Amino acid sequence: MSSVLPILSTSPMEAAPAGPWRRAYRRLRKRRAALLGLAVVLGFVALALFAPWIAPQDPIATSWGALRKAPSAQHWFGTDEIGRDVLSRVIWGTRASLLAGVVSVSLSLLIGVPLGLAAGFIGGWVDAVISRITDAFLACPFLILAIALAAFLGPSLTNAMVAIGVSAAPIFVRLTRGQVLGVKTEDYVEAARAVGNPPLRIALRHILPNITAPLMVQATLAVAAAVIAEASLSFLGLGQQPPAPSWGSMLNTAKNFIDNAPWMAVWPGLAIFLLVLSFNLLGDGLRDALDPRQR
Amino acid sequence: MGEFLVRRIAQLLPTLVLVSMLIFGLQQLLPGDPAKILAGEEQDPQVIAYLHQKLHLDDPLPVRYAYWVGGVLRGDLGESVRNQQPVLHLIAQKLPVTLELALLAMAIALVIGIPAGIVSAVGRGTAWDWGANVFALWGISTPNFWLGILLILLFSVNLGWLPASGYVSPLEDLGANLKAMIMPAFVLGNAIAAVLMRHTRSAMLQVLSSDYVRTARAKGLDEKTVVLKHALRNALTPIITLGALELGTLLSGAVLTEQVFTIPGFGKLIVDAVFNRDYAVVQGVVLVTATAYMVLNLLADVAYIAVNPRLRH
Amino acid sequence: MPLRPSLRFLRPLLALALGVAALASQAQTLRIGLAEDPDVLDPTLARSFVGRVVFAGLCDKLFDIDEKLAIVPQLATGYQWSADNKSLTLKLRPGVTFHDGEKFDAAAVKFNIERHKTLAGSNRRGELAPVTGVDVIDPMTVRLNLAAPFSPLLAQLTDRAGMMVSPKAAQAAGDKFGAHPVCSGPFKFTERVAQDRIVLERNPNYWNKDAVHFDKVIYTPIPDATVRLANLRAGQLDFIERFAPSDMEKIQAEKKLKTSSITEIGYQGLTINVGKSDKAKATPLGRDPRVREALELSLDRAGLVQVVMDNEAIAGNQWVPPTNSWYAKNVPVPKRDIVRAKQLLKEAGVPNPSFTLLTPTTSDAQRIALVVQAMAREAGFDVKIQAAEFATSLNMADKGDFEAYVLAWSGRPDPDGNLYSFHVCNQPLNYAGYCVPEVDNLVKQSREVLDPAQRKKVFEQVAAKVLKDRPIIYLYHRKWLWAYTPKLQGVREIPDGLLRVSGLKFSTAP
Repeated sequence: MSSVLPILSTSPMEAAPAGPWRRAYRRLRKRRAALLGLAVVLGFVALALFAPWIAPQDPIATSWGALRKAPSAQHWFGTDEIGRDVLSRVIWGTRASLLAGVVSVSLSLLIGVPLGLAAGFIGGWVDAVISRITDAFLACPFLILAIALAAFLGPSLTNAMVAIGVSAAPIFVRLTRGQVLGVKTEDYVEAARAVGNPPLRIALRHILPNITAPLMVQATLAVAAAVIAEASLSFLGLGQQPPAPSWGSMLNTAKNFIDNAPWMAVWPGLAIFLLVLSFNLLGDGLRDALDPRQR
Repeated sequence: MGEFLVRRIAQLLPTLVLVSMLIFGLQQLLPGDPAKILAGEEQDPQVIAYLHQKLHLDDPLPVRYAYWVGGVLRGDLGESVRNQQPVLHLIAQKLPVTLELALLAMAIALVIGIPAGIVSAVGRGTAWDWGANVFALWGISTPNFWLGILLILLFSVNLGWLPASGYVSPLEDLGANLKAMIMPAFVLGNAIAAVLMRHTRSAMLQVLSSDYVRTARAKGLDEKTVVLKHALRNALTPIITLGALELGTLLSGAVLTEQVFTIPGFGKLIVDAVFNRDYAVVQGVVLVTATAYMVLNLLADVAYIAVNPRLRH
Repeated sequence: MPLRPSLRFLRPLLALALGVAALASQAQTLRIGLAEDPDVLDPTLARSFVGRVVFAGLCDKLFDIDEKLAIVPQLATGYQWSADNKSLTLKLRPGVTFHDGEKFDAAAVKFNIERHKTLAGSNRRGELAPVTGVDVIDPMTVRLNLAAPFSPLLAQLTDRAGMMVSPKAAQAAGDKFGAHPVCSGPFKFTERVAQDRIVLERNPNYWNKDAVHFDKVIYTPIPDATVRLANLRAGQLDFIERFAPSDMEKIQAEKKLKTSSITEIGYQGLTINVGKSDKAKATPLGRDPRVREALELSLDRAGLVQVVMDNEAIAGNQWVPPTNSWYAKNVPVPKRDIVRAKQLLKEAGVPNPSFTLLTPTTSDAQRIALVVQAMAREAGFDVKIQAAEFATSLNMADKGDFEAYVLAWSGRPDPDGNLYSFHVCNQPLNYAGYCVPEVDNLVKQSREVLDPAQRKKVFEQVAAKVLKDRPIIYLYHRKWLWAYTPKLQGVREIPDGLLRVSGLKFSTAP
């Protein structure tokens, strides 16, 4: 997870709010890769929202007579080990995977950004304590943290999301803190302080809006990593539990049948790949678009 | 520099203590009585009682922590209750394996990531950029366990070119060792290639629009020399430090990759230990790898600052 | 160049020498793939099934079992019960030495039995509980004294409780013995790298050395069944245990590997909380045996076997398979009967009972839960599935924090091993919390009866009672699925699922 951390974090944004965003949007529109990524992501979101109407069959309907059937006209993606339609499960599984990605990262942001703000802005021993705790979390292998947390909470999609969210929060603490430190000495912050604004107001109204850009980039990339993390936890039996579909748990089951029913693994794997790739392209595009140093 | 170093080392110690508490707490909070799992099939009540006593399971949490830390300070990381081997011994056995896997993965990542980053930066906005992007991003977009199984099916079962699993020490047979490690190293290196690509690209773009490159171009040097001699050399520095950090992450064990390829390294050791509630193993291994990670971080920062004095603040 | 006549006799000798050298240089290694990494390799402390696979090559025991589950001699050549059945005299095999050269004799047997009973952390205590003492009659004769007759004793001596380790090595190593075990089996311990390999080398002084055709055996744990099979197909292993049932079809179609499909001595079942905790009273399933009967009748065992195990299992309703000689024929496997199930539920006053089925996160347990859920629904059951990691689920079961639990048992050669710990009051594996004094007495009685025909009658009585109360609904008995290279010969299909290494060899035919 820390591998997606942009160590060379971009320098802080200029003070004026409207201009860079408009410019960034224009830049984003020019990057075809990012647009493609966005389009695919939106496509998956649509799949998730309209799953009940798009999916051809009931994703949890078992059929003893149609065990592990190859793709056919009836089952475009084939059936799984207890006769369920793989295509419908992939479509419905979009919900779990998107949810896993978005909710985990939202949790990370909710925990990480305030802590990072506090550490960077207040400084002193608050910073020292938060930073040391964050360092400790970051020193532990991400997946191990997630596994331990998920095992502690019990195997379920919700708990997997919590585990991933908590394990990834330190990255956002570090990022936010770094950004705040960079912005803290800027003129507009000094000015706001001079005028007599209370610290909380300065933090929320002046600092936070100016550091959202790199946070957005990191969040997008983190969603990608979270989807894979959910698949990994499910692979170990700690994520979404049957019969509800999720791509990761589908892969977990499919690995046992990969030789005689490869379609069970191909489609969910492909779905994960496409979604994660799209988030990555989008995130990279965002980073380029929001980087003031690039034309 | 010296002051920086002292400050950083001073930060290292409390962090290490926190890591120890974190991993200890996580393990001990895992639900259920570890003695029951360790008691195996028969679940003999006398064995369970004996394990309770041996592992101090009935003592309060801080006392157990004290026992463990006391042991660590004496150099005794405890032993695996499942197979009775000392944790230090297990670490000594598995460290070279994971280290080799990490280094090979790093090498592959460099070979894929840096050229991809260069191509992407130089051919910015064109199809090259897009192609290089996808090529490198493919690595972090695929669950590595899935990729691993597919590779095994293709290269081991169907083509028979590479062994499906297992590890041979390079000292015993270098050829066999490389054949066994190439697939897992590729699966791992893939993911890191993406990160390296991004940073190479970003650093290259920054450098390519800088003054001295403009000067070089104005001097009439051909593009290739500009790119390779001037831009790359300057872009490489931050990448090297990044590389050191990624190595740290790798050292923590490529948990799932080792599982799929049955490489007897740290990752596999930890996962199995978590599920078997073999506390001492998880705690010991994580403590060691966390320390390694922090030391590598420190070295990376030192290297970065040594090269770039402007960043010392 | 023709040799001088006086040296001509050297030629055949030379050929012989070269031949022997050639054979010696072709050190034959047998590579076996295991489904898990074994735990500690100390027969007294060992606690896993997979460890026993390694012991089969490493540690000889007093007796062994054959394909029909009959007791055959190994380190002991004969036995004799006393008139009151309270002591068992064993005749030992002469000329046996441990891997470290120590002699195997009655004193060694005494040492081992006492070690099994007294070592801290020993897992063999329950198995040898009735043994009160061991007497050395002479170096080749030993007598085990019992508190009461104990018919499962011989069967216990065919497993870890009967394994003999070198007293000298055990005393020197104490409880660290498992790091470097010294036994008397066909192979001796050479090295072990955790989660990587266990290497055994030929024991040159083995009493049955003619049956040993390999110089080395390497056990490699590969937990993922797909990868394990891939290794075998790629030629890196010679033998694998427990491949996935869904792979059977493909392997047989490929015709490149041989397979064995052996019915186990254990079972797969649903354990129901009938008295372990308050949860037993909370659901109709735990309270009312009619509801449990309805559940059993709503299940189609053949369907379960087909969907979950790809037909690599046989339906069963008792703690031993229907093919086992101890199977109680008075309670045959019931057929699915939805009508009767619904009727029973109506009688019990709960037409739509609901309960939570706890399942560990292993793939077949989850499949069982799903299929049971679907099948039981037709009779009106509303089954909720709760998944928990195996370690957690075991703890929950132990505390009684469950209503029904999908649990399997690897099985023991003597039916008592599948029965006593599960159905006798307060025994460690009695997760159901089943406690009926009548059953307790019957089971204890079955332990004290040595005559097989009489014992069988007692088991039939136990079956009649226990299978009516249904603290466990036995579903089926899995098959041990082995796959190996066709050149491996001498594979003995013994129902305990452990590969005997003696007698195995590679055929020289191409």
